[in-house]
Amino acid sequence: MLREITLGQYYRTESVIHRLDPRVKIVATFSFIISLFIAKNFIGYVIAGLFLALCIKLSNVPPKFIFRGMKTIFFLLIITMVFNLFLTPGIPLVTFGRFQITKEGLRLALMMGVRLVFLITGSSLMTLTTTPNNLTDGLEDLLNPLKKVKVPVHEISMMMSIALRFIPILMEETDKIMKAQMARGADFESGSLMNRAKSLIPLLVPLFVSAFRRANDLAMAMEARCYRGGEGRTKMKPLIYKKRDALAYGVIVLYFAAIIASRVIL
Amino acid sequence: MSIIVNHVNHIYDEDTAMASPALIDVNLKIPDGQFIGLIGHTGSGKSTLIQHLNGLLKPSSGEIFFNNEDINDPSYNKKNLRARVGLVFQYPEHQLFETDCFKDVCFGPKNLGLTQRDYELRAYEALKEVGLEDEYFYQSPFDLSGGQKRRVAIAGVLAMKPEVMILDEPTAGLDPKGREDILNLISDLHSKLGMTIILVSHSMEDVADYVDRIIVMNKGRVEFDGEPKEVFRHYKELEEIGLAAPQVTYCMQELKAEGFDVDTDVTTLQEAKQEILKALGRC
Repeated sequence: MLREITLGQYYRTESVIHRLDPRVKIVATFSFIISLFIAKNFIGYVIAGLFLALCIKLSNVPPKFIFRGMKTIFFLLIITMVFNLFLTPGIPLVTFGRFQITKEGLRLALMMGVRLVFLITGSSLMTLTTTPNNLTDGLEDLLNPLKKVKVPVHEISMMMSIALRFIPILMEETDKIMKAQMARGADFESGSLMNRAKSLIPLLVPLFVSAFRRANDLAMAMEARCYRGGEGRTKMKPLIYKKRDALAYGVIVLYFAAIIASRVIL
Repeated sequence: MSIIVNHVNHIYDEDTAMASPALIDVNLKIPDGQFIGLIGHTGSGKSTLIQHLNGLLKPSSGEIFFNNEDINDPSYNKKNLRARVGLVFQYPEHQLFETDCFKDVCFGPKNLGLTQRDYELRAYEALKEVGLEDEYFYQSPFDLSGGQKRRVAIAGVLAMKPEVMILDEPTAGLDPKGREDILNLISDLHSKLGMTIILVSHSMEDVADYVDRIIVMNKGRVEFDGEPKEVFRHYKELEEIGLAAPQVTYCMQELKAEGFDVDTDVTTLQEAKQEILKALGRC
């Protein structure tokens, strides 16, 4: 049940995408998201779709695994599409009493749906192919210029990396506590909504207790290692661009150009 | 009345790159009233195996029968099974959540749909059974010591009145005194209440004094299965898989090698003492 959430879960395998510098992957993901909002027509989405498919193919992550994360946004997807479908004014195609589906509505709904699916798929692909540590390292490096305007970049990235690092641990913990309570006859899956909400108490209380305990331990361990923020701190594995990263940047630029071209020309 | 594990295989994360077999063709028959030590190294599959016994995990292939009924049959009542096969997880104190110990112990029997009178009685009995002093009954479980918390957690499972009690490393992280207390408590459950006990541990010393039968797991397979003395005869093989026989076994083996006429099959300190005295001709 809990294994369905793929966001923030690294999928360990060997691939070109996995080996890329995290900075490239972050830039690529952001460009991809921006490109989804630039694309306005069919061709643009085909290009985006092909680009995404190519990345998934190269990443060696089974597509099944990537689309599993989609379940969590399924409702959001349906609601967005339904609203867009019925509430966009324009030339009516079909009319049901007070509601009508317009040509514009259909177009907008489809576009929104595709956009959302691509958006989630693209960002899950990044987290699936990059370890949380690498990801925050990359982010810290990319945000470094902001230090000049007194943004605590290091602290933010440290907080992020800790948060990301603890997602799988807390998920495992949840799984364990759930099983322990199920062994005591707890039922998390049936009953009315109210009962189900109530049945979460035996899960959430121990989970919070353990999260605080872990936070305490971690703070203690960091202090014992004289952690004093990012000032003068060096890295064991500094990020260095390789040839394939330059190549990847090239591909991103080309892709972006193609998307802009699809909007301008067509 | 027994548990039968028939050709059970379990693979974690099947169909992904992380797929790893945790149980490979496990066959066991666990009759009523036995006190079993399940031993194995970290990652040997022992925790996976016990979660199969009360239906928390489903085998990838193979069957598990409890009292001649397949527990993974869709029509089988799993809630009922979990009441009859009690499972105490590792560090069970991490599952405590109620405002006081008594309420927490009530959680299990309450889920069985008993009346308030019945479940409170059971909770009271269970807390008495684990030897928690009365003054702690209405205190927050988070204020207790590690050993006391663990007793409350064990009481939480005990209050469901299971026929089979499985305990996953119940002594982990306790001091020697707390360890002995918990082991004696478990031994009492077996001798006084006649429960079938499966005690999971990675320490031979812990189990050797108490159990009738030892099952040794290694890399997802059952490596040895038999009475303690039979299993300890394989002490050289046990060492190869990163386990060790109790100190007594080594001591007796050495004595034998030195030419003393002692029985190397003894497993407890008491028996060893008798043997040595006999060999010295003082008895």
